[in-house]
Amino acid sequence: MMQLSIFLENAKGRLADALNLLAELDVNIRALSLADTKDYGVLRIMVENPEEVADKLRERNCVVKLTPVWVLKVPDSPGGLAGVLNELVDEGVIVEYMYAFVEKANEQAQVVLRVRDSAVMQAAVDKLKLQ
Amino acid sequence: MSQEELLKGLRRTVEQALKAPYYKKKLAEVGIHYPADIQTLEDFQRIPLTEKEDLRQNYPFGLFAEPMEKIVRVHASSGTTGKPTVVGYTREDLKLWATIVANHLTRAGVTANDVIHIAYGYGLFTGGMGLHGGSEELGALTIPVSGGNTQRQLMIMRDFGSTVLCCTPSYALFLAESLEEAGISKEELKLRVGIFGAEPWTDKMRDEIEARLGLRALDIYGLSETMGPGVSMECLKCKGLHIDEHFYPEILDENGNVLPEGQPGELVLTSLGKMGFPGLRYRTKDLTSISYGSCVCGHTGWTMRRISGRVDDMLIIRGVNVFPSQIEEAILSVGGIEPHYLIIVDRENNLDTLEVLVEVNAQSFTDEIRELEQLQERLLSKIEDITGITVKVRLVEPKSIPRSEGKAKRVDDKRKGKIF
Repeated sequence: MMQLSIFLENAKGRLADALNLLAELDVNIRALSLADTKDYGVLRIMVENPEEVADKLRERNCVVKLTPVWVLKVPDSPGGLAGVLNELVDEGVIVEYMYAFVEKANEQAQVVLRVRDSAVMQAAVDKLKLQ
Repeated sequence: MSQEELLKGLRRTVEQALKAPYYKKKLAEVGIHYPADIQTLEDFQRIPLTEKEDLRQNYPFGLFAEPMEKIVRVHASSGTTGKPTVVGYTREDLKLWATIVANHLTRAGVTANDVIHIAYGYGLFTGGMGLHGGSEELGALTIPVSGGNTQRQLMIMRDFGSTVLCCTPSYALFLAESLEEAGISKEELKLRVGIFGAEPWTDKMRDEIEARLGLRALDIYGLSETMGPGVSMECLKCKGLHIDEHFYPEILDENGNVLPEGQPGELVLTSLGKMGFPGLRYRTKDLTSISYGSCVCGHTGWTMRRISGRVDDMLIIRGVNVFPSQIEEAILSVGGIEPHYLIIVDRENNLDTLEVLVEVNAQSFTDEIRELEQLQERLLSKIEDITGITVKVRLVEPKSIPRSEGKAKRVDDKRKGKIF
């Protein structure tokens, strides 16, 4: 799946501005993570039709990037995420970053993963029969 | 100096310049083939001006007027892009330079009994070596401490009994502050004269430095293309900077017309008696005015006012000349970045700071912080390599730097209006 990333300056109101813009574009954010440094941040979101949203954001002068990520269902119980992650690590997957969300409809825990090598991840997912 | 003596000196400089093929061609274009073609000041004023660009085209040694075996030293200063401007000195030039600086020191009441603490940088920059030569020529005890390492500067100043401090005015203030922090009172020091230059400063700054360091603060001016520090300096009267008789000053308006005495304009300098790099009608790009007269210190000749500004966009950061074009060059060399940038210059704790805001674009943006930080790091090291100063780099959103019609605003100098 494609994740949408937006570059944000670390200044008062910038995050709110970006979220207001997404609201204006009628975009529903399914998952969100914010990476920040002293001077700037990167807003990472999962939305429907990310390509379309990215185009609209670009028209509004946002710096946007679509990044391929993996979304995995994990058991919503203690150790659920750790179990999946351990298996992936054993298969040689290197995680660049990760964040979790819960799907309302079925109370299902899910994680968004950005990995260094997609081919290794694909092989691991196939082998472990992950969803 | 009489008009005839002056013309004789100018002819000698022209004679030197004609030894460089580039000048020979340039002067031939205005009908000057021999030194004897200069019979009046009007003849001299026909000579095309020399700019940094002329030095760049002849990088590194193309404008030297003496064979390389006669050149014993080079100095350099920032070019507008990439390569520095290089000048060469013969043994006689170094002797002349030392004498010029020593004469200024004498007019400032400095003698062989003084202990001269030289905290200007030593190196390609002319500041350190220039004052050093003058100090030794005078016979004073010379401390070549160079810039930086403030704690050691304080220790040496106190233990060696430094009486004359030479550095940039902002570093003098920084030293004053460091002294106070270290709990050393100015009475424990023997400082009595400060020779401050390489950056613009004000009378308010002079008052502050004098009060905090307990010395008489004097302004010194010079640039490598005409020799180095010592083109002019204040005497203890502080009624302007006396130009040494080995430099012929002209003040030009923006159309290149020579202005009469007292009118403000760009200072153009011709060195008299210099051999290695003659320096013929060199555009300093510094704004000032000049007047002719005598001073009680013994100086007779031209005196210039403090530099009031620049013709171009050159910045002086902690005494180092920096051109926005150098920073643009560095940004473009990193690749994937559009040249939308803003240079913010400020002064914190009496030290100049330079921060470069660079717009991130679709090409350079990655959603991994590590890669953004690497980009920032690449920009930083490239800018530092090219300018030779420490900077900060901040990535900002696209279109966040104001665009303007015509000439883009590249520099926000917050030091303006700040006294300290």
